[in-house]
Amino acid sequence: MKQPAAVLGTGQTHHRSKRLDVSMGGLCREAIDRALADAEVDWSDIDAVVLGKAPDLFEGVMMPELALADALGATGKPLLRVHTAGSVGGSTALVAASLVQAGVHRRVLAVAFEKQSESNAMWALSIGIPFSMPVHAGAGGYFAPHIRSYIRRSGAPEHVGAMVAVKDRRNGALNQYAHLRQSDITLESVQASAMLWDPVRYDETCPSSDGACAMVIGDASTAGGRNAAWIHATAMRTEPTMFAGRDHVNPQAGRDAAAALWKEAGITDPAAEVDAAEIYVPFSWFEPMWLENLGFADVGDGWKMTEAGDTAIGGRLPVNPSGGVLSSNPIGASGMLRFAEAAMQVMGRAGDHQVDGARTALGHAYGGGSQFFAMWVVRSTKP
Amino acid sequence: MVNDVAVIGFAQSPSVPVTDGTTNGVEMLVPVFERALAQAGLPKSDVGFWCSGSSDYLAGRAFSFVAAVDAIGAFPPIHESHIEGDAAWALYEAWLKLRTGEADTALVYGFGKSSAGELRRVLALQTDPYTVAPLWPDAVSLAALQARLGLDAGLWSERDMAEVAARSRADATTNPLAQLSGKVDVEELLGTEYVADPLRVHDCAPVTDGAAAVVLAAGDRARELVGRPAWISGIAHRVESGSLGVRDLTTSVSTTASAEAAGGVDGVEVAELHAPFTHQELLLRQALGLGSSVRINPSGGVLTGNPMFAAGLVRIGEAAGRVFDGSAGRVLAHATSGPLLQHNLVCVLEGAR
Amino acid sequence: MTQVSDTEPLGAPLRIAFDYTRSLGPSLSRFATALREHRVLGVRGSDGRVHTPPPEYDPVTAALLTDFVDVGPGGEVVTWSWQPKPLDGQPLTRPFAWALIRLDGADTPMLHAVDAPREAMRTGMRVRVRWSPEPTGGIRDIACFEPEESAGASPTPDPAEVTMITTPIELAYWHTASPEESRFLRGITEGRLLGQRCPVCGKVYIPPRGACPVDGVPTTDEVALPDRGTVTTFCVVNVPYLGQRLTPPYVAAYVLLDGADIAFQHLILECPADEVRMGMRVEAVWRPREEWGPTLENIDHFRPTGEPDAPYDVYAQHL
Repeated sequence: MKQPAAVLGTGQTHHRSKRLDVSMGGLCREAIDRALADAEVDWSDIDAVVLGKAPDLFEGVMMPELALADALGATGKPLLRVHTAGSVGGSTALVAASLVQAGVHRRVLAVAFEKQSESNAMWALSIGIPFSMPVHAGAGGYFAPHIRSYIRRSGAPEHVGAMVAVKDRRNGALNQYAHLRQSDITLESVQASAMLWDPVRYDETCPSSDGACAMVIGDASTAGGRNAAWIHATAMRTEPTMFAGRDHVNPQAGRDAAAALWKEAGITDPAAEVDAAEIYVPFSWFEPMWLENLGFADVGDGWKMTEAGDTAIGGRLPVNPSGGVLSSNPIGASGMLRFAEAAMQVMGRAGDHQVDGARTALGHAYGGGSQFFAMWVVRSTKP
Repeated sequence: MVNDVAVIGFAQSPSVPVTDGTTNGVEMLVPVFERALAQAGLPKSDVGFWCSGSSDYLAGRAFSFVAAVDAIGAFPPIHESHIEGDAAWALYEAWLKLRTGEADTALVYGFGKSSAGELRRVLALQTDPYTVAPLWPDAVSLAALQARLGLDAGLWSERDMAEVAARSRADATTNPLAQLSGKVDVEELLGTEYVADPLRVHDCAPVTDGAAAVVLAAGDRARELVGRPAWISGIAHRVESGSLGVRDLTTSVSTTASAEAAGGVDGVEVAELHAPFTHQELLLRQALGLGSSVRINPSGGVLTGNPMFAAGLVRIGEAAGRVFDGSAGRVLAHATSGPLLQHNLVCVLEGAR
Repeated sequence: MTQVSDTEPLGAPLRIAFDYTRSLGPSLSRFATALREHRVLGVRGSDGRVHTPPPEYDPVTAALLTDFVDVGPGGEVVTWSWQPKPLDGQPLTRPFAWALIRLDGADTPMLHAVDAPREAMRTGMRVRVRWSPEPTGGIRDIACFEPEESAGASPTPDPAEVTMITTPIELAYWHTASPEESRFLRGITEGRLLGQRCPVCGKVYIPPRGACPVDGVPTTDEVALPDRGTVTTFCVVNVPYLGQRLTPPYVAAYVLLDGADIAFQHLILECPADEVRMGMRVEAVWRPREEWGPTLENIDHFRPTGEPDAPYDVYAQHL
């Protein structure tokens, strides 16, 4: 049966559009070295390494974990490579947790990275596949129609999307590692930014970042007696990209994952019992959409929490105190950053973006066409 | 206490040089799922966890694994994950999930349409991106460097290598899914030209399109479902440095360490080794310390059919098959990944538990 | 180039090419910069061995390695293989040897090409670096190695700090459509829209599927669909990007053909972008017949039919 597991330490890089000062190994090590220091362990304490990353075409390296084995400190150890699209950073943390929960290892290093400046994500994702209809809408064009559906269904007022952008970018300004740090952003400035994929504006869109994140996850013998983020529940669910009758706004896979997650964590009223939530929001409207999908709000009411300020730091349910994906988006690492921030919050190590008294936090990631979901609940107390 | 986990079903597609199907594997996977689940006696809707292994670079497109999920029929939603690499490592992830009790059954699958691109050249992208990959060292040329190291050191001869090829093809005559099979004469093999001196065609696994699936179950669930589960008594894997020059390429320290961590080879009657080149089988037998009494690759091994990213999983399935049919009590399966056996996994399976 | 037959699945070439830009970081930059000066660097690992090319991190301790030493340019072949038919991108275009070469002063060998006749190749032979006459940065500044006794004169070095390298990656694939999709593609080549029904759930898919995403079985019974339908949802594309065919703004919409159970993305033109609505009725505008091929692009775009909008309930379950 599941052995208790906890996050012992986290680390991340400074995220930038181009980290030209480092190699891929150097980028990973910037995050790893911080995580090892935060966990107060060294390489001899690490039993196994799990690496997550989105498509290999981004960096032009097939299974880069092989070439990076020395940089990852994995040589001579077990090394797993996870790839579950945009949710991969979250899935990677869950696989690392499984290694401990299954009683196989005592301490596992989880790493996720993306060095998008090696190529061009738009290129890698829009290679013309024979016979397929060329996507006429670019990257955001996939999600924008579903956002329109959400607005139509929920009757949400137009400014809600802009409100999320203002909140997350201002939170990002409190985070020394964030790519975008915009303390002076306003509702007016967001609304004045270019409409890229109507209804999605420029300022409501995530950046493209180079970055990495790492975590050390340990068992009870290594976590006992120290400040750690105990893993109380984990969930992963998948559904196909396109099928007849699919709900693209509120996908069943996300709802099922959340239901399983809350049940395992013993949470019956998530909005009341969760102190901070790091939710994968690459376009601002996904905050209200995922609030509903996760069960923090009733269907159609997610935007009301955002509009009421409930999701700001100091609100009823602070969402993305780190600044979220809207402030930093190294794709393969973005999910792990959510999971790491949740851990940092309950360990009280979130610095200027700390939510006061956070003891229970959610880390969430999704990928593909809103079809892969990974999430966990961490707490400051042992299960 | 953690759960014991067993292999309870296995199926693979025919190993063929080219399929008509898509690079997302759907056409190969649909019938493979059906047969693997039928052998396990498990309805698809009861599968608790799904995990797959594949590679975007084999398909030439990002997120190539996403469409493969269609083959499952993944609605209502499923508990699912994916490894970029051989599905033997997806099996390892599934084994973890079953040990924790998060699921009590799992289906693991791998697929690859190697024929879509130029496999030996594509695999050059697995080498160091700064100092090696820019030279485009193809996988066959690299293997030939390793083969000569062993030849020069007297660890094996070209005849030994040809004998491995001949035995593999002879064994494959009883494997209807093999791509290559038949009686071949070692002298004749040794008379053929080199493709990459010191390697000849018979020394290299063929380019194969294929897919495979393995069904796992934990504890009592395994006992309920099948008469003779193949219990995983140990499974472990280790990676070596990405720097080719740093490694001792005449042996496989990661295989040796994995076997030790998986419980050792004592009493192993059959071993399915993932050796895409003849000399690598000889090298692996030595690294594992397998004696002459151990039956090696009764399926014919990957030298007679090498579905990339499924081939390692196939080794586990084939080995488990010897337990299912009662012909062996303790078997070993080996999977490899990366240039020149960089990353190795060993799984030991037993009939009694 | 497209392969067309009546029964075989359709196939076509797929080429992926990109010039990757790799930032090197301090260690790899030092190695690349030295190559530009016609020097080869190794680095001493924690076990005392000198490795070249220098790994950034120690293979034993994972520590950052910084103890650089000059090695080569001569060395000894540790092992070699013969490449009779060089592949695209390899160091030489005529037959050559691959070799692991232990450079003088190094303990572990490096991979590169040796330009020598096959008869001359042997383990233990002495070789030395042949510098590239046109350095581009990185390992390719070594053009190859050559037998020491026949080594020619070196070009003059052209020193410069190297912090980035460009790695062109070009791969060619043969892409095939599924048998089900191929039937659809043959239909559309003749101006027909052929969906298929899932034998389990009865839903009509266009394009048809090798596996119904819900049931995991191939779609079967063919269903001819009209070229008109309803916009379920859409976005207005205002952003210009590389390779774009149309000038923004334009509308990318999900169109649900009448009788289909799944929408596909297409363009809505012939009306101002801000007049497109969810529920709008649209019809296909086909390209000239002589331009048709096996692609949904035979439909140039959809345009409004002028019919009353479909009620929300009709398409609500397709959002």
